[in-house]
Amino acid sequence: MAYLELKNVSKSFGNSPVLKDVNLSVESGEFVAIVGFSGAGKTTLISLIAGLLNPTSGLVTLNGAVITAPGPDRGIVFQNYSLLPWLTVFENILLAVEAVFPSWSAEQQKAHVEKYIEMVNLTPARNKKPSELSGGMRQRVSVARTLAMEPQILLLDEPLSALDALTRATLQDEIARIRTQHQKTIVLITNDPDEGIYLADRIIPLTAGPSATLGPSFEVKIPHPRDRKSINHDEHFKQLRREIVDFMLGSKSERHTAITKKLILPDIEPEDLNIPRSMTAWRKTPIRKREQKEEAVEVKP
Amino acid sequence: MKSFKFDWLVLPFIGIAVVMLLWQVSCATWAKDLPTPSKTWETSKPYIMEPFAKRGEMDQGILRFTWYSLILVAKGYALALIIGTPIGFFLGLSKTFTKAFDPIIQVLRPVSPLAWLPLGLVLFMGAGKNASELGALFTIAVCSMWPTVLNTAVGVRAIPQDYLNVAKVLKLSRRKTLFKVLIPASLPYMFTGFRLSLGIAWLVIVAAEMLTGRPGVGGFLWQEYNALIYEHIILCIITIGVVGFILDRLMSVVEKKFKTA
Repeated sequence: MAYLELKNVSKSFGNSPVLKDVNLSVESGEFVAIVGFSGAGKTTLISLIAGLLNPTSGLVTLNGAVITAPGPDRGIVFQNYSLLPWLTVFENILLAVEAVFPSWSAEQQKAHVEKYIEMVNLTPARNKKPSELSGGMRQRVSVARTLAMEPQILLLDEPLSALDALTRATLQDEIARIRTQHQKTIVLITNDPDEGIYLADRIIPLTAGPSATLGPSFEVKIPHPRDRKSINHDEHFKQLRREIVDFMLGSKSERHTAITKKLILPDIEPEDLNIPRSMTAWRKTPIRKREQKEEAVEVKP
Repeated sequence: MKSFKFDWLVLPFIGIAVVMLLWQVSCATWAKDLPTPSKTWETSKPYIMEPFAKRGEMDQGILRFTWYSLILVAKGYALALIIGTPIGFFLGLSKTFTKAFDPIIQVLRPVSPLAWLPLGLVLFMGAGKNASELGALFTIAVCSMWPTVLNTAVGVRAIPQDYLNVAKVLKLSRRKTLFKVLIPASLPYMFTGFRLSLGIAWLVIVAAEMLTGRPGVGGFLWQEYNALIYEHIILCIITIGVVGFILDRLMSVVEKKFKTA
């Protein structure tokens, strides 16, 4: 049995289905990237794994145990950093460490925090508030906070999508380095196929929503550590990217959505201007005959 | 820089001058009983020049009276915050609590301090000598608590889901969630409420003192009205206004400090 498993997981909010029949199994120590369009349900998927949401049907299991609530064994790095703005870098991480390792002495907890601040190269900024940091630095704090919890599995929810290209590249390298150092199981959600291929062992596209589901998994057979420059000329990389992009675009064009609209036709009878003004006083408003119509519109992208 | 000084120093004085002129003209034309600005100054001089003098129970320097009023306001206001903030938190956190108590809050909120005061006096009738003070405190607390209650509730409801997710993922205890996440996140809203509450508390004090006859700016105002010394009414009005303005400025400085959070 796989380490992390999603079996026929579906999730809908009210009447709108977001995910349908999602099946995923991730082995221990594996780095899996999930690529999808924005709005396809990527964040919903990771929230299900984190336990922030519960599936409408199906099961999510980690190490055989069903996930129903969030817990510190699944470290999640949020897209928008989610640092508490009234705490400094150090305090933000300490809050997590105190919550996860309550039995440790204060000295131990502090040393642990320092270790992870150093790991993401933020020691000079340890006493700054998040508002004083750049986006890339904030995300590094967020990563450090999650790693300091020493989770069994790392869930990265589009961690780099809000950053500029250069910072993005630097942080991608940092994630690759952390990954080789710690050998953690990682699930990365991203909207950038290149990022997924560069970092992950396996890359799985998410079809376009609504009712999104996971496509076939693509093995990335490029040995770690990967070199950013040479990977661009790698035939395997190029082919992989082409296949993934084709699949994703294909899934989008397959969608035939019918949108039913309620149309109200304003059927206003025009005023007869030949009748003198004084005579129309008793019926000033134009006569309206309302007609309601249901209309189905086929949408093809 | 030059226009900045002109805007902030000269223009307000022009405004004051215009009002003084209108006041003077009014005295000369339609309001014969209204004391003129110069007469007001003459009569008020001993109260302003010796602001802490105590010549009798109801004949004291203006700042001494202000001090009495401020102490009473501080007590009532503290009471309002102590009661109002937790109620606000419950309203923000629990939908059931909101449904149960929001209507009654909306009904009690617009009730005037003049209506609460007699009730306060009745409630503390048994307290004897302290009845008027307790009644006044009750009135201040009940009237000034609502902005704190409502703003705290709004602040708690407006906490971004991200922060709550952090608390959930870290499995923070209830106490830690409250002190590390909920309170800091809603603090800016709470302070807006505190500031509005302080304004109302200061508004209520005058009414409370007038009706109870306690020494203070409001009590002094009412006594001098009865003693036909109208100049002092104007002195009291100006004092109340200035003190209210200073309190509001002070609170906004405190509020700004928490806005960055």
